[in-house]
Amino acid sequence: MSNVTLKVNGKTHTLDIDPATPLLYILRNDLDLRGPRFGCGLGQCGACTVIINGTATRSCMTPVSSVRNEVTTLEGIGKDGALHPLQKAWIEEQVPQCGFCQNGQIMTAKALLDKNKNPSDMEIREGMARTLCRCMTYYRIQAAIKRAAKVMA
Amino acid sequence: MSSTRRDFLKTSGMLVVGIGSGITSLSAQAPGRAASTGTGPYPDVDFRQLDSWIVIRENNTATFHVGKTDCGQGTGTAFRQMMADELDMAYNQTACIMGTTDITVDQGGSGGSDAIQTDGIPMRRVAAEARRVLLDMASKQFGVPVDQLAVSEGVITVRSDASKRVTYGQLVGGKKFNVVLTGNTVDGTTGVARVKAVQDLKIVGTSPERYDIPGKVDGSLKWAVDMKVPGMVHARNVRPPLAGAKLLSVDESSVRNLPGFIKVIRSGNYLAVVCEREEQAINAARALKANWEKPATAPFPSSEDLYKFMRAATPTSAARPTVTGNPEAAFASAAKVIEAEYEVPFQGHTALGPAHAMADPSNGQMTIYTNDMKSYGMRTNVADFLGMPRDQVRVVWMEGPQAYGRTAADDAGFEAAYIAKEIGRPVRMQWMRNEETAWDTKGPAFTVKSRGALDAEGNLLAFDFEARAADYNHLGYNEPDTVLIAQLMGRRRATPAGGGAATPNEMYAIANRRMSTAVVSLPLVWETPLRTGNLRDPNGPQATFASESFIDELAAAAKADPVDFRLKLLTASTTDDSGFKRARSIATVKAAAEAFGWDKRPSPKGRGTGNLLTGRGIAYCFRSQTVVAQIAEVEVNRRTGHVWVKRLVVAHDCGLVINPEGVKRTIEGGTMHSVSRALHEEVKFDTEKVTSVDWLSHPSMTHLDAPARIDVVIVNGDPNPRRADLPAYGAGETVCKPTLAAIANAIFDATGVRLRRVPFRDDRVLAALKAAGV
Repeated sequence: MSNVTLKVNGKTHTLDIDPATPLLYILRNDLDLRGPRFGCGLGQCGACTVIINGTATRSCMTPVSSVRNEVTTLEGIGKDGALHPLQKAWIEEQVPQCGFCQNGQIMTAKALLDKNKNPSDMEIREGMARTLCRCMTYYRIQAAIKRAAKVMA
Repeated sequence: MSSTRRDFLKTSGMLVVGIGSGITSLSAQAPGRAASTGTGPYPDVDFRQLDSWIVIRENNTATFHVGKTDCGQGTGTAFRQMMADELDMAYNQTACIMGTTDITVDQGGSGGSDAIQTDGIPMRRVAAEARRVLLDMASKQFGVPVDQLAVSEGVITVRSDASKRVTYGQLVGGKKFNVVLTGNTVDGTTGVARVKAVQDLKIVGTSPERYDIPGKVDGSLKWAVDMKVPGMVHARNVRPPLAGAKLLSVDESSVRNLPGFIKVIRSGNYLAVVCEREEQAINAARALKANWEKPATAPFPSSEDLYKFMRAATPTSAARPTVTGNPEAAFASAAKVIEAEYEVPFQGHTALGPAHAMADPSNGQMTIYTNDMKSYGMRTNVADFLGMPRDQVRVVWMEGPQAYGRTAADDAGFEAAYIAKEIGRPVRMQWMRNEETAWDTKGPAFTVKSRGALDAEGNLLAFDFEARAADYNHLGYNEPDTVLIAQLMGRRRATPAGGGAATPNEMYAIANRRMSTAVVSLPLVWETPLRTGNLRDPNGPQATFASESFIDELAAAAKADPVDFRLKLLTASTTDDSGFKRARSIATVKAAAEAFGWDKRPSPKGRGTGNLLTGRGIAYCFRSQTVVAQIAEVEVNRRTGHVWVKRLVVAHDCGLVINPEGVKRTIEGGTMHSVSRALHEEVKFDTEKVTSVDWLSHPSMTHLDAPARIDVVIVNGDPNPRRADLPAYGAGETVCKPTLAAIANAIFDATGVRLRRVPFRDDRVLAALKAAGV
C-alpha cells in the first residue's frame, strides 16, 4: 500500500492503496462512481471507459500508478449541472435497452467527437467498433452521435 | 414493523423511481402486506389487497407496486402508462416499484415477453378498481351520484359545479384503501370495476420517454453492481479448469498471506475466495492453488464434432410426432422431394456484465440485491438452498446488464448468499469475464432434418420437420438443485430437467405434415459449462432458422417468389379454426413486403460481376399471438466472405401497443441480437473444456455490423382492428426467431449459395462460396 493522488472530475483524492490496483476499482469502490463498470477486465468491451488526457481509456486495464492526468468519468462530462449534448442525444434517441454498456458508448463517442467534430458514418463505425453492446443498440447509438455532433457543431 | 427492520431498510438503497412530479422520497413499505405466517421480517405481499398494488400520496401522486422486472425494454414505463390511464392520472403523477419481493406482489418477475400481455391485465384492473373506489368516496363526500362526477389527472369534480373538487390525494393520501380484491391467482386479480375501452385510453398509445434512461446516461442510477453496505467484502469463484473435474485438495497457504485475505470457501467442487477489497479477491482467486482430478471420460465432443455426435446419439426423450394428413403417401406421389439439414451451435448469453449479486445476512435475515429477472422464485429457492424460512429472505431486484434469460439462473445470487451465511458478513460476488463466457447458461444446439414434397406445379404437398436439441439438463428458474453452485456442491435432482426441441410456429396450410422433436444428451450432465437455459425465445431462433430457410428452399425449387410462395400457403383454404392468427400473418407478411419495396421474382437473383453481391430474404413466424415478418437485405463480399446486413424491415403485430417508440426499440434490439447470433455467435469447446472465454473467442456483433437502416412497421392485422377490447400481445422475443433465416435467405438470393449452418462467419461463407464456384 502507498499513497496515491488522483484527480477525478475536478476533485483531488489521496488514497492509501496498492498502486498496481486497476483504476476501475478505485473509481467504483473508493470514490463511489457508478459510470465506469466492469465488463471484461481485458480491455475488450469498453464498459469501464473513462477519459484521460482526451483519450478514451479502459480503466480496467490501467494501473492507478500509471495515471498522470485528470480522469473524467461519465459523471463529469456535463457542465454546470447540465447534461453533455451526447447525454441529451442519448435521451432524445432513447438509445439504451438495459444501458449497462452505455457509459463506454458515451465516453468513447465523446473522445471521438472531441477529436473529430463532424465524423462520417464510417468514422463513427470504426471509432466505436471496439465498444460492445449486448443489447445491440448500435443503430441508435450511431444516430445519437450524429444528433449530438450537429448540436455541438 | 420492528425498529430493526426499519433501520435496515434505511440503509438498503431501495429503488424508487419517479419523474415529473418529484416523487422521490416515498416510504419503501407497501401497506398491503399479508398477515405474517411466521416471525420473519418479510411476509408475502397479499395480491388481494388493493393497497398492495397502489399507494396514493397526499401530494396527489401514485406509486404502483408491480411484481415484474424490466430487462431494458421499458416495461416499467408501459406499466405506468397503463395504470395511470385506468386511474385517470397523468403519467407524470405516477411512479413504479418493481420486483422487490417484500413490497411488490409476486407476478413472477420477467420471462416470455409477456409482461404487457399477461401481467399488464391485472395491473389495469386494479387501477380501474382504485378509480372506482375513489369516485365512490367523492360521491359520498359531495352527495351526488358517481355519474355526475368527472375526473382528470387525479382531480374529481362535480360536473354541474366545478367549484366542488377533491383530489385523490385528499381522499386517500397517506391512508389505506382497505379494499379486498378477488381472483384465484395473481393474474386473475380483479376488483368490481371494468377496464376502459381502447378508444378511451389516452396515455396508452403515446410514447413518454423511459423514466430509467436519464439515470443510465448520467451515471446516477444505482445498479445491482453498485450495491454496497458497510462491512461488505468481495468474493471471487475458482472454477474447475476442466469440465467435470473433481476438487481433490486446496492449498490455503497459497493465499493466506495475501493482503486482505479473509477465507477460502469450499464445498464439494465449489471453490471461492473472500477478501476485503475487490482487487484483492481477484488476485487471491488467481493465486489459489488447488488440485483437480481430470474426469475419466470426456465431458463432451469438441464443438467441431458436435453435430455428428448429436445425429448419432440415442435421444434421451422424444415428443410424439404431430402428424396431419398422410405425409408418406404425399412423399411417394411427389414430383419433387427436397431434403436439407440445418445446424445451430450452442450460443452464449454472454451478458456484457458478468454475473454479480450482493447478499447481506445482518440480523439473522438474508437480503439479496441482484438483477435476477425472476426475483420471486429466487427468494423461495434461495431460502430452500440456505435452509432459512422464506419470510426471513428477500430479494431486491435492481437494474443489471441484461442477458435475455441469463438471470433466470441467478448463480451469483446463490453464491453471494451462501458465502454471506458462511462468514456472517455482507458479500459481493462478481464473476470474471472468462468465467461468464465459459460457464453461463447456453442456448441449446440444434440439428434439424427437413423434407418437402412438391407437385409438378410447385405446390407444397408435404412437410416433414425433425428437430434435435442438446438440451438435456435445462436450467429454468433458479431451482436450488440446478444452479451452478448447487451442482458443484453435489446437490442434484434425481433426474435432470430435460428441455425440449421445437417445431416451427407458422400458419401455413400444408395438407400433410409430420413435426417431431427429440432431446439428446452430452456425456457430462451435471457441473457442465454447457448448461442450457432460456436464451431469448429459448428454441425459437434455432427451429425457425431451419423451417423458414427450408420454406425458401422449397420456393426456389418451385421457382416461385419467396413472398408469394408464403402467401399462397397462408391463403390456402383450411378446415382448422386458426383464421384469426392466419389473417394477421397475411397482413404482417404483406406489410413487410410493402415497406421493403419487394420486387417479385424467384431467388436467387442472378449474380453480378462485382465483389459485392446483394440480395434480400424474408422469414416469418409467430410466438403466442405476436406475428413477425422480417426482410433482410445483405451485401456479401465474394472475396472475403463477409456479410453485412445492410437493411432490415420488421413488420410486427402485437395488437394494442402501449408505447410505440418503446416497442420499436425493443423490436430493433431483439432483431439485432439475432443478427449477432446469425453472423458471429458460437460457443467453442474441445473435449475437456469450453474454449470460448472472452469477446475474441465468443465474438459478438459490433458497431461495424450495424445496418444502415431499420424500418419497424407496427401492424394491427386484427380482423376487427378497432375493437374496444383489442388485446396487447408480447413484444420482444418473437423478433429473435426469424432473423437467422431471413439473413440466410438473403445470402442465397445474393449468391445462389445456401448456408445451413449458423453462424455465417466470413471464413465459413467464403468456403461455401468457393465450393460453389462463386
